[in-house]
Amino acid sequence: MEFNIYDFTSFTKWIDESLNAAMSPFWVMITEMAIIGVAILAFYALVGLFLVYAERKVCAFMQNRVGPNRVGPFGIFQTIADLLKLLMKELVYIKNADKLLFNIAPFIVITASFLAIAAIPFARGLHAIDFNIGIFYVVAVSSLGVIGILLAGWSSNSKYSLIGAMRSGAQIVSYELSVGLSLITMVVLAGSMQLSTIVEAQANGWFIFTGHVPAVIAFVIFLIASTAETNRGPFDLAEAESELTAGFHTEYSGIRFAFFFLAEYMNMFIVASIAATVFWGGWMPFHVPGWEGFNTVMDYIPPFIWYIGKTAVIIFILMLFKWTFPRLRIDQLLTLEWKYLLPINLFNVVLMAFIVLMGWHW
Amino acid sequence: MAEIIQDIQEQEYIINMGPQHPSTHGVLRLVLSLRGETVLSVQPHCGYIHRGIEKMCERLTYQQIIHLTDRLDYLSAHINNHAVCMAVETALGIEIPERVKYIRTIMDELARIASHQLWWCSFGMDLGALTAFFYGLRDREPILDIFEESTGGRLIQSYYTPGGLMKDIHPDFQKRVKDYIIYFRKKIGEYDQLLSGNVIMNQRTQGIGKLTKEEAISFGVTGPSGRGSGFECDVRKHRPYGMYGKVEFKEILRSEGDAFARYMVRMDEMRESLNIIEQLIDNIPAGDFTVKMKPVIKLPEGEYYQRVEAARGEFGVFISSKGEKYPYRIKLRSPNFSNLSALHTMANGQKIADLVAIGASLDYVIPDIDR
Repeated sequence: MEFNIYDFTSFTKWIDESLNAAMSPFWVMITEMAIIGVAILAFYALVGLFLVYAERKVCAFMQNRVGPNRVGPFGIFQTIADLLKLLMKELVYIKNADKLLFNIAPFIVITASFLAIAAIPFARGLHAIDFNIGIFYVVAVSSLGVIGILLAGWSSNSKYSLIGAMRSGAQIVSYELSVGLSLITMVVLAGSMQLSTIVEAQANGWFIFTGHVPAVIAFVIFLIASTAETNRGPFDLAEAESELTAGFHTEYSGIRFAFFFLAEYMNMFIVASIAATVFWGGWMPFHVPGWEGFNTVMDYIPPFIWYIGKTAVIIFILMLFKWTFPRLRIDQLLTLEWKYLLPINLFNVVLMAFIVLMGWHW
Repeated sequence: MAEIIQDIQEQEYIINMGPQHPSTHGVLRLVLSLRGETVLSVQPHCGYIHRGIEKMCERLTYQQIIHLTDRLDYLSAHINNHAVCMAVETALGIEIPERVKYIRTIMDELARIASHQLWWCSFGMDLGALTAFFYGLRDREPILDIFEESTGGRLIQSYYTPGGLMKDIHPDFQKRVKDYIIYFRKKIGEYDQLLSGNVIMNQRTQGIGKLTKEEAISFGVTGPSGRGSGFECDVRKHRPYGMYGKVEFKEILRSEGDAFARYMVRMDEMRESLNIIEQLIDNIPAGDFTVKMKPVIKLPEGEYYQRVEAARGEFGVFISSKGEKYPYRIKLRSPNFSNLSALHTMANGQKIADLVAIGASLDYVIPDIDR
């Protein structure tokens, strides 16, 4: 077996072949599913913990504060300590709450973000599932989370939670359109919904550079709409702490609250990953056609680093949004979507289709 | 079925905002009835932090009362004490030294700036801009340091006494205040950059929580909230006390009467307060910091009223004396109580998020409402 950090294909193939040599195809499938599941879970927990820490440091940096600095060097173990605290906390049950729905709501939210992570290409060959409707799948599963939020608000038997859930429903369902349409714009350019194909198509320049104006418009709209879809500030109306105390998760405590909390950060990671993959080339290094020397140097940086770097930049932009802007009002939020983003988006799809048909893209 | 749906649509959704709620700024309880997100009515229920200060004052000497008026509107503690001191001084007919008047006026204006800074913090936070909170607190800190150096207290100072001040100012006072004026002139620009010109903030506040001039007068809405509606109610201008008659300053007025107007009035007032301090700080005359007073003050029989311009509006002290060392009755006119009474008129028909913005623009301090 050769292990190559520039291409994981041979490594995954080697795992598959050695398992096949040892057992029957059915058990191979079971084992591979278990391996992938464990890998995604571990990755999920690590990234979630790191993002919480990163957000606290970024917001502290913006607010003349130091941020967590007591637990471990530079406070890096702060989130782990927080998680342990949340694990040990009592799970409060609300009288007259719908027990079943109340219990499964956090799991629906967190499962939706698990499912989405499976389709993201982290590096060449490092990709849990790669199939021909990748983007469609990601958009579909990531919108399942709204069901969990609605259930949480409904089953809590609390008025603040219900208002938060209704807001969230209106918001996520509306902004789903913009997310989908801006991705469709890029699908028109790429000519495929398969995420690996989309990344490969950006070998000679990322789509944000090759896609002319429509790609840039689609990128901006995607950033706005995905911020709204992940319920982050300035679109955090569903929790709106100054209005609804904590919105849909007012009544949740302990590890159930941690699930909502973690899912929020992972959703941010997922939308940043998709933005990086579709607009900035995913793990594809920065290439300029014709500059052979430059391209070779860029290729020396492992794809995984490219992917993480791009995602981190987009996450940083999303954090800056949150800590700069005040919150919108619900009617202004829906006005922004239905009266501005959606018409621009529809026009943008047509424009992109026209550019692709005329062959004006590079 | 249609009847049931109509019945449900006509029902009101009653929700208790407070007594524990992040944006009621204390233990205020607002009973809202909603239809969807629209507020149909707001009923403020106060009294959760009622301490009976007016009644307690009837068994306290005039020097002791100072320590209770601090605790009304704790963000303008100096200004509240100024009113009590002046009422007692007028009743006794003592003339206080010029130095005391200068220092009191400067301290009042510093307190007003600190109070408006904290308002700006919480305004940003209520609208969801959390970063604003820390910017405001950063700039408020030096003022509290100046207070601490001269008075020993940071939040509530009990610095004024009938007849003068507790003690003289710190030797560094003038230098530090002058440094602060230069510092804050620069920093207040950041406030405008971060919040005043923000599109989302403008959309959230412009045209929200309208209060006409007539309504403001009828509810007795004073201070920056009243002046945002065009009600000329600045006590400093119209019934000058302290040094206010001798300094140049503008009464900030705006005619829109919405949350944004109230916001802008406070922003401009901070600049105006800096101007007032700047005119006074170099000219503090030498002299005594207090008049020699008898240890037991007995007001002559009669009724006395003194009003001052606190950070949130007109603060009045009414003292009825029977010639004893305790007042017979004290009535405090607190600005927040009157301002709160206009909340229903402003918030009716607006959204929940607007109610929070209106509350932030009224800048209520609950201990001042409940007394």
